[in-house]
Amino acid sequence: MIPGPFDYHRPASVSDAIKLLADLGDEARPLAGGHSLLPMMKLRLATPAHLVDLHGIAGLKGICRDGDRIVIGAMTTQAELLASAEIGTSLPILHETALLIADPQVRYRGTLGGNVANGDPGNDMPALMLALDAAYRLEGPNGVREVAAREFYQGAYFTALEPGEILTGISIAVPPAGHGYAYEKLKRKVGDYATAAAAVVLTMAGGKVASCTIALTNLHETPLLATDAANAVIGTTLDDAALKAAATAARAIMQPASDARGPAEYRTHVGGIMVMRALQRAASRAS
Amino acid sequence: MNDMTPTREQREAALEGMGCKRKRVEDIRFTQGKGNYVDDVKLPGMLHGDFVRSPHAHARVKAIHTEEALKVPGVLAVITAETLKTVNLAWMPTLAGDVQMVLADGKVLFQNQEVAFVVATDRYAADDGVAKVVVEYEALPVLVDPFKAMDADAPVLREDLAGKTSGAHGPRKHHNHVFEWAIGDKDLTDAAFAKADVTIKEMISYHRTHPSPLETCQCVCSFDKIKGELTIWGTFQAPHVIRTVVALIAKIPEHKIHVIAPDIGGGFGNKVGAYPGYICAAVASIVTGKPVKWVEDRIENLTATSFARDYHMTTELAATKEGKVTGLRVHVLADHGAFDACADPSKWPAGFFNIVTGSYDFPVAHCVVDGIYTNKAPGGVAYRCSFRVTEAAYCIERAMDILAQKLGMDPADLRLKNFVKTEQFPYHSALGWEYDSGDYHTAMRKMMEAVDYAGLRKEQAEKRAAFKRGETRDIMGIGVSFFTEIVGAGPSKNCDILGIAMFDSCEIRLHPTGAGIARVGSKSQGQGHETTWAQIIATEIGIPADNIMVEEGNTDTAPYGLGTYGSRSTPVAGAAIAMAARKIKAKAQMIAAYKLEVHEDDLEWDIDGFRVKGLPEKVMSMKDICWAAYNSVPPGMEPGLEAVSYYDPPNMTYPFGAYLCVMDIDVDTGVYKVRRFYALDDCGTRINPMIIEGQIHGGLTEAFAIAMGQEIRYDAEGNVVTGSFMDFFMPTAVETPHWETDFTVTPSPHHPIGAKGVGESPNVGGVPAFSNAVNDAFAFLGSTHIQMPHDFWRNWQAAKSLGVLA
Ligand SMILES: Cc1cc2nc3c(=O)[nH]c(=O)nc-3n(C[C@H](O)[C@H](O)[C@H](O)COP(=O)(O)OP(=O)(O)OC[C@H]3O[C@@H](n4cnc5c(N)ncnc54)[C@H](O)[C@@H]3O)c2cc1C
Repeated sequence: MIPGPFDYHRPASVSDAIKLLADLGDEARPLAGGHSLLPMMKLRLATPAHLVDLHGIAGLKGICRDGDRIVIGAMTTQAELLASAEIGTSLPILHETALLIADPQVRYRGTLGGNVANGDPGNDMPALMLALDAAYRLEGPNGVREVAAREFYQGAYFTALEPGEILTGISIAVPPAGHGYAYEKLKRKVGDYATAAAAVVLTMAGGKVASCTIALTNLHETPLLATDAANAVIGTTLDDAALKAAATAARAIMQPASDARGPAEYRTHVGGIMVMRALQRAASRAS
Repeated sequence: MNDMTPTREQREAALEGMGCKRKRVEDIRFTQGKGNYVDDVKLPGMLHGDFVRSPHAHARVKAIHTEEALKVPGVLAVITAETLKTVNLAWMPTLAGDVQMVLADGKVLFQNQEVAFVVATDRYAADDGVAKVVVEYEALPVLVDPFKAMDADAPVLREDLAGKTSGAHGPRKHHNHVFEWAIGDKDLTDAAFAKADVTIKEMISYHRTHPSPLETCQCVCSFDKIKGELTIWGTFQAPHVIRTVVALIAKIPEHKIHVIAPDIGGGFGNKVGAYPGYICAAVASIVTGKPVKWVEDRIENLTATSFARDYHMTTELAATKEGKVTGLRVHVLADHGAFDACADPSKWPAGFFNIVTGSYDFPVAHCVVDGIYTNKAPGGVAYRCSFRVTEAAYCIERAMDILAQKLGMDPADLRLKNFVKTEQFPYHSALGWEYDSGDYHTAMRKMMEAVDYAGLRKEQAEKRAAFKRGETRDIMGIGVSFFTEIVGAGPSKNCDILGIAMFDSCEIRLHPTGAGIARVGSKSQGQGHETTWAQIIATEIGIPADNIMVEEGNTDTAPYGLGTYGSRSTPVAGAAIAMAARKIKAKAQMIAAYKLEVHEDDLEWDIDGFRVKGLPEKVMSMKDICWAAYNSVPPGMEPGLEAVSYYDPPNMTYPFGAYLCVMDIDVDTGVYKVRRFYALDDCGTRINPMIIEGQIHGGLTEAFAIAMGQEIRYDAEGNVVTGSFMDFFMPTAVETPHWETDFTVTPSPHHPIGAKGVGESPNVGGVPAFSNAVNDAFAFLGSTHIQMPHDFWRNWQAAKSLGVLA
């Protein structure tokens, strides 16, 4: 539980950070809240020779509204998300989910940027980003680019981030007023990653599902957008058959690992149940 | 009498003696972060040690390369088995009569076994050194499944035992066999089964788990070369035993060994035994001449220092068709891991498992325990229970439910029908114990009334019908548990550790101004001894508890004691305290008689002093007697007021209780909700009801954890898959159910104050209540027994195998 030796850097600007990362190469890692990276370092599963702490960079924090989009600085903590009335009104699913992440101590340090850049299939925020079709702002030695969250995740701990790039902000289109949402997470205890979880964002019209996106956490080596499952409920009243069809379609794309949370078969089964429950709860909230 | 004269009630209350919900005095420092734990010990020039551990569960060690590690700045030494051999310490004796490698000697036998000890100027350097030690292994076939341990072709684990056909506990029948322990009358039991109306047989497993105290195991060893003295600060539940063990194996004279157990952050049995870390830190200090600290991390604690349970109990009951039990037969396969490092009294290789007849009047019983070796961490400690008592309680309580199910009887009724009756005490059990006292029927009925047992069963019947009609996906379980513990080891006639009888001790010194110090051979790890021990003294000798300082854990000052585990402190040390206090009181009476100029027999005790019979205003308070003890004792009497008592208990004590758990399980996810948990405990005389309640809350929380998911699980290669708090279920306040507590009081007839011990009851009685609730929930779907732990996925698997998933 003792990390190996490393050097600590605290740049004051994004460009300094990018330069440091470029100069130091593979041996350097950005440090955000540290609540995924430091545990890995303590187990010596990660042994970066340099940590580039992003806390000294003004402007990486904050939540602002930009037209019909919400832009969240990468270094905004989960606690800050929870404290934001803007998020509560525009993107309430972020509140619901942040409250299911770890415990208050972790949420005071852990950042949204770290959570989505980490690439751990157990992280909860990436599924939301898929469901909400968020865009990530990446800045690196070759400039700035935007990558859709739906294009970002490539494998466990593999993302579209290029060497030397950092995630600086996340931009999300505000879902229509009256949308329904739910994040259903099955976990063994407070502080545990999901055994299975599902995010649903939908709108209803005339008692029927008008639009719907569904995304899944910890049921594959990356977060999953469950498009077929969502399509299975659009146009329905979310009757039993539709719910079951969604669960079946979602299960078809799940490939969870067997671990201490349960065998893959169990995790797939409850993954489908999370989808059904999230759909029902989201619909009950929609107007 | 004027208004200022305190009333009797006020005088009584001022003592804060037995029965008072006195606030814990130790909490003043604990709640302010002012406790003093081993890791707070910082000595000039102190070095730090850390282990290289084996990634393999079974492998030959071909070579250990230390050159690169020694180049790491700050690394001073790398100790291996070869180093230890020069001081004859490569192996150490275990409390169970086996031997254990201190560092891998030729092979490793479990994952995370200690292979080398790196000593450095700080903890970071030590770990950097660990990362640079290169060990060449040759993997060997791994033995994980205890049921395969005694197959003819099972891998040979303990090559050091080659050719040894007998061990510390008699003959060994296989190379992976540790011992066989049999008790009871086989022929009579077989006969009872032959003519029984009804029998049941079930393999009931109690999985491997771990005590996992908040503070892990740790020590600081400091060897003074000039004086030839070794001082060890350590997380020791039994400091004197550690001193004796060190004297025996390190050949240092015992008076030159100072063992100090400062504040301890929980023990639960994990801190009874001796671990390689202690030996390595001591050797490192002797070699370097500097103090050496060793502090385990969480993963090391969970995977290498003593586990608990791992008992696989094939259990049979015989009964009449009316539900009267007529016989009990149990065969236990006891997985001891790589070395037999159980912490049981020497003559009890399976602890007091023969309490397995429980609270029931079995005319005959027979029990056999086979201990075996596997490629798992050594141990087998009593995790918040007296030795193997929780395994026994789980075994019988689960079996009674299975029998009830077979008979079509209510499990509570079956218990009521078979309880040992109040008039049968002292009761001689079929497996050899003399239960000192009990009133089981009263406790059980009080519980059933408190929870409206009949109402719960009615609700359950309705829920079951609704489930069958498809109206709900929740099933409801009611878990009944009625346990009898055996604690307070123990009488010298049958209990010793390394040949030392399991007495305990107290020395009380009263000072002239009416205050004093009590030094006790027990060692609190959070139980609140500083509070409760003073309360016993307060009631016994009339000095306010606040005026008594309690000190434990320093072997130079405390009288020799066997330490704190197995709920033995109140039954044994608590008795020693009362007896020492009574010696003081006897002397005080002589002093008072002299000062009041009456005969001793003319005095009677009155709360906080003596008064002359018939002359209530002629009194001498204990406070005044203390003063007199230092200036005007009767002629011929030595001055001073102090006493020592070493208490050898005449019998164990037998706390009991009635628990009930109500649980709902969602069959689609396996997620459970504990709706209600009621715990009635009878621990005899209650010294501090608030501390009792705290102990019950903590023990029930552990029981909940164990039954519902807490497990040390190995994969087929012998890798621990639950080696951190991410996967080893440690419930938070959020998961923990609400506890309702209750009590009856049946004092122990042989204990000086009638107390029986309570710390472990909730763990012992709680586990069967939870497991019975889960099993009861599934019973109507056709299930007989589902193994623990009952975590979500296993509940789901049970539902699935019973065919209730869509
Ligand atoms: C006990 C515990 C329980 C937890 N439970 C959950 C849970 O249930 N759900 C959940 O989602 N998470 C959970 N977490 C993880 C927590 O949410 C982390 O805070 C989060 O995963 C990472 O965010 P961070 O700010 O701490 O990032 P860090 O740990 O600092 O970084 C994580 C990774 O992302 C990289 N990184 C960070 N920021 C950037 C950036 N701006 N640009 C590029 N790369 C970056 C780092 O280099 C590193 O590789 C838990 C953590 C703990 C300790």
